[in-house]
Amino acid sequence: MMIEDKGSLRLRKFLAHGFMLTFIALIMFPFLMVLSISFRQGNFATGSLWPDNPTLEHWALAFGFDYTRADGTVVTPPFPVLLWLWNSIKVGLIASAGILLLSTTSAYAFARMKFRGRGAMLDTLLIIQMFPAALTVIAVYAIFDALGQVVPWLAIDHHPALILTYLSAITLHIWTIKGYFEGIDPAIDKAAQIDGASPWQTFRYIFLPLSVPILAIVFVLAFIFLVNEYPVASVLLRQTDQMTLAVGARQYLYEQRYLWGDFAAAAILSGLPITALFLLAQRYLISGLSDGGVKG
Amino acid sequence: MTAITDHTDPTEVTGPPHQAWRLWIGRGLLAAVAAGFLYLVFGLYLIGEPVLAVIAMATGLLGVTFFGFRRFYTLRFVYPGIAAVFLFILLPVIYTSAIGFTNFGARNLLTLDRVTAYHLDKAEVDPDSKRPFAGVAGPDGLQLYFPEDAGRPALLTAAVTGPGEVAAEPVEGPAPETLPMKEMIQNRALLSEVTVTTPDGLGLSMAGLRDFAEIQPVYALADDGTLVSQIDGHVLVPNHETGFFETEAGEPVAPGWRVQVGFDNFARLFATEGIKEPMVKVFIWTFTFAFLSMVLTFSVGLGLAVILEWPHLAFRGLYRVLLILPYAVPGFISMLVFRGLFNQNFGEINLILESLFGVAPPWFTDPFLSKVMLLIVNTWLGYPYMMLLAAGFLQAIPRDHYKAAALEGAGPVRSFFSITLPQILPPFVPLMIANFAFNFNNVVLILLLTRGGPDMAGTKVTVGHTDLLGSFTFRLAFENSAQDFGLAGAISTVIFIVTGAIAYLNFRAMQSYAKKKGAGA
Repeated sequence: MMIEDKGSLRLRKFLAHGFMLTFIALIMFPFLMVLSISFRQGNFATGSLWPDNPTLEHWALAFGFDYTRADGTVVTPPFPVLLWLWNSIKVGLIASAGILLLSTTSAYAFARMKFRGRGAMLDTLLIIQMFPAALTVIAVYAIFDALGQVVPWLAIDHHPALILTYLSAITLHIWTIKGYFEGIDPAIDKAAQIDGASPWQTFRYIFLPLSVPILAIVFVLAFIFLVNEYPVASVLLRQTDQMTLAVGARQYLYEQRYLWGDFAAAAILSGLPITALFLLAQRYLISGLSDGGVKG
Repeated sequence: MTAITDHTDPTEVTGPPHQAWRLWIGRGLLAAVAAGFLYLVFGLYLIGEPVLAVIAMATGLLGVTFFGFRRFYTLRFVYPGIAAVFLFILLPVIYTSAIGFTNFGARNLLTLDRVTAYHLDKAEVDPDSKRPFAGVAGPDGLQLYFPEDAGRPALLTAAVTGPGEVAAEPVEGPAPETLPMKEMIQNRALLSEVTVTTPDGLGLSMAGLRDFAEIQPVYALADDGTLVSQIDGHVLVPNHETGFFETEAGEPVAPGWRVQVGFDNFARLFATEGIKEPMVKVFIWTFTFAFLSMVLTFSVGLGLAVILEWPHLAFRGLYRVLLILPYAVPGFISMLVFRGLFNQNFGEINLILESLFGVAPPWFTDPFLSKVMLLIVNTWLGYPYMMLLAAGFLQAIPRDHYKAAALEGAGPVRSFFSITLPQILPPFVPLMIANFAFNFNNVVLILLLTRGGPDMAGTKVTVGHTDLLGSFTFRLAFENSAQDFGLAGAISTVIFIVTGAIAYLNFRAMQSYAKKKGAGA
C-alpha cells in the first residue's frame, strides 16, 4: 500500500523477520521446556534440556492409564486430570455463553438507549472491577452456603454455584462491546426503525450479526479468564471430582509431593483444548467486518 | 436465580405485532420465575438468613417488574447483568467490609445460638448409675441384660426393636446366655439411641461398649441466658462485648460467637507498629507493579500488532498464532511452569544463563530480582491480550489515512505516532484501566509464583517484598494459623476504599486525557 523503494523495503522485511523469529524463540522457550520435561524420567526439575531416556509414563498417567515401568512396578494416575479438564470446559463454556448474553444486551442498551443513571452505571462498572475477587471469597462462600440449604443444586461443591458467580464477570466486556456497537453507523438502526423494527429486533437482527468478530473475541476472552480463575473456584469447589483444572493442578506441586513430570504432561494435555478453541476463534479475531455493513 | 438467564428470552420482548401464544409463554415464564423467587425467599427466611431473603426478594421483585411492564422495556436489557454484578461483586464487598467490624475468626466462628447449643449438648456420665450390660438373644430379638451389681438387682429389658425408650424389669435366677461382644459392636448404632428405663425411674444410655449409665447434661439454660452447671452449680455468663461465655473469674470459655467490635480491628491495623510500615511498602509495590505491567504489555502488544499489520510481511498468520500461544495456555499452568524454570539451582533459565554468561541470579531470594522476574512473567502472560485488542482497533483505522500520510512523505514511525497512536488510545483507555485493575489484584500470579517472598524482616505479620495488597490480605486471612477474618475484613475494607478512590481518580484523569487527545487527532 505504501510507496517505498525496493532496497529499504527488503532491509526492513529482513529486520522484521529477524525480530519476529528472535521474539518467538524467546516466547516459545517455556513451551519447549515443558514438552521436554513431560518425556523426562522421574518427577524432579533436574536434567538435560533434551530428555536422555524418553518415557511415556507421565503421558499415560495424565490420560488416566496405569503405567508399568521396565522393572515391573505399576504406577497409578495421581489425579483425574481429564475429569478436571471436562469440569473446566463445562463451567467455562456455560458461563461464557451467559456472560456473552448479559454483556451484549447490556452493551446494546448502554450504546443506543437513553435511560436514567446510564452514565453513572457505566462509570461504576469500570470502578467496580478493580475490587479484588480474592478478598470477597469468604462472602461468596457464605452466600452459597445459605442458598444451598434452600436450593440443593446451588450448594457448595456444585458447578451451578460457580457458574452463577462467574456471570458477574461482565464489567469489562460491556465496555468492549459497547465500544464496538458505537462504531456501527447509526444510519443502520435509523433505517431499521423506519422499517418498524423494535429495539430488540434491531439488536437481534442487525447488531448481533454485525458484531460476530467482537463477540468471538469476548467469548474467547471470557472463557480463558474463567478457565484460569482460581480464588473463587478454590473456595466453592472442595471435592476432588468437582474441581476445575485450576484448582486441581496445584495438587501436583505440593512441597511434600512434587510431581513435576506428571504435572508437565497434564499441563500440556489440558492446555491443548484451550489452544484449539483459540485457533478456531482466530478466524474471527481479525476480520474487516465492521466496514461491511454501511457500504451494502 | 434463574431469572438472570431466563429473562432475556426473545419470546418475551418481540415487537408490536404480538402473537397471543408468545405473550402467554412470556407470562408463563415470568410466573415461573416469580414462583421460584418466592420459594427462595421463604426458604432463606426459614433457615435464618433474613438479610439474604430480603435481597432475594428485591432481586426477584425488580426483575418481575421490569419484565412484566412495557414501560421498563429499556431496563430489561441492562437489569440481568447489573443484578449479577450487584449480587456477586458488590454484595460480597459490602459483606466483607461488615466482617471487618466483627471479631469473626477461628476463635469466634459460630452464632450465639450455636454456642449455647454446644454447651447444652455437653453431657457427663453419672458414675454412680453406671451398670455393665450384655446382649441376650430373646424370642422377639435383642434384649439387654444388666447383671446384679453393687446390691442392685439384675435387670432384663424387653426386646430392643428401634431407637427410643425400652423398659427393664428385675429378673431372678441365673444369668441367661449372653451374646458375644462382636454382635454388640454390630448393634452399636442402634444401642446408642436406646434409653433403658429402670424400675427406680432412671433413664440409662449407652456410656461405652460395656456400660449403660445415666447421662446428665452439664449445663442448664437459665432465663437470663446464663448457663448453670448441674454438677457443681457454677454459672457461665455470656459476655456480648467479647463474644464468649465467661466464668465468675472472667475467664472466657471457648468456643466464642461473632459480635460487633466497632473499629477495634482498624485500631489494631493502624496502631500496630509491625503492620503499618510493611503495608505502605506493599501499597507502593502494588501500584508500581500494576503500572509497569500495563505499560509493558501495552507497548509490546501494540508494537507486535503494528508489525503484523504490515502487508509486506510474509507468514503473518503463522507469526500471529505463535504470538498468541502464551495467552492460549491457561495462566495458572504457565505460572507454575515459570516457578520451576526460574529456580535458582536447577531451573532451566539459570542453566542457560550460567552456560552463556556464568551467572545464576537468585530470582526468589533477592527482592529486586524477584520483582523483575514477576514483571517478565507478567509481560509474557499479558502482551497477547493487548496485541489482540490492538489488532482489532487497528482494523478500525481507515486505510486512507495511511495512504494520505505516505503521499505526504511520512515514514512509518511518523505515521505510527501521528495516526495510529492518537486513534488507538481513546478506545484503549478503559481497557488499560481494566488491565491496571487486573494486575492491581493479580493475587493468583503472586500466590503461584513467589507466594509473596522473599519475606520482609522485622514485621509482626507475614509479608513479603513481592506481596500485592490482595495477596498480603489473603495470606493474612488464610495462611496465618489464627485465621483472623475480622482483621482481614478490616484491611479489605481499607483496600476497597482506597481502590475505589484511586480507580475513580485514575478513571477521571484518563477520560479527560482521552478527550483531549481525541479532539487533537
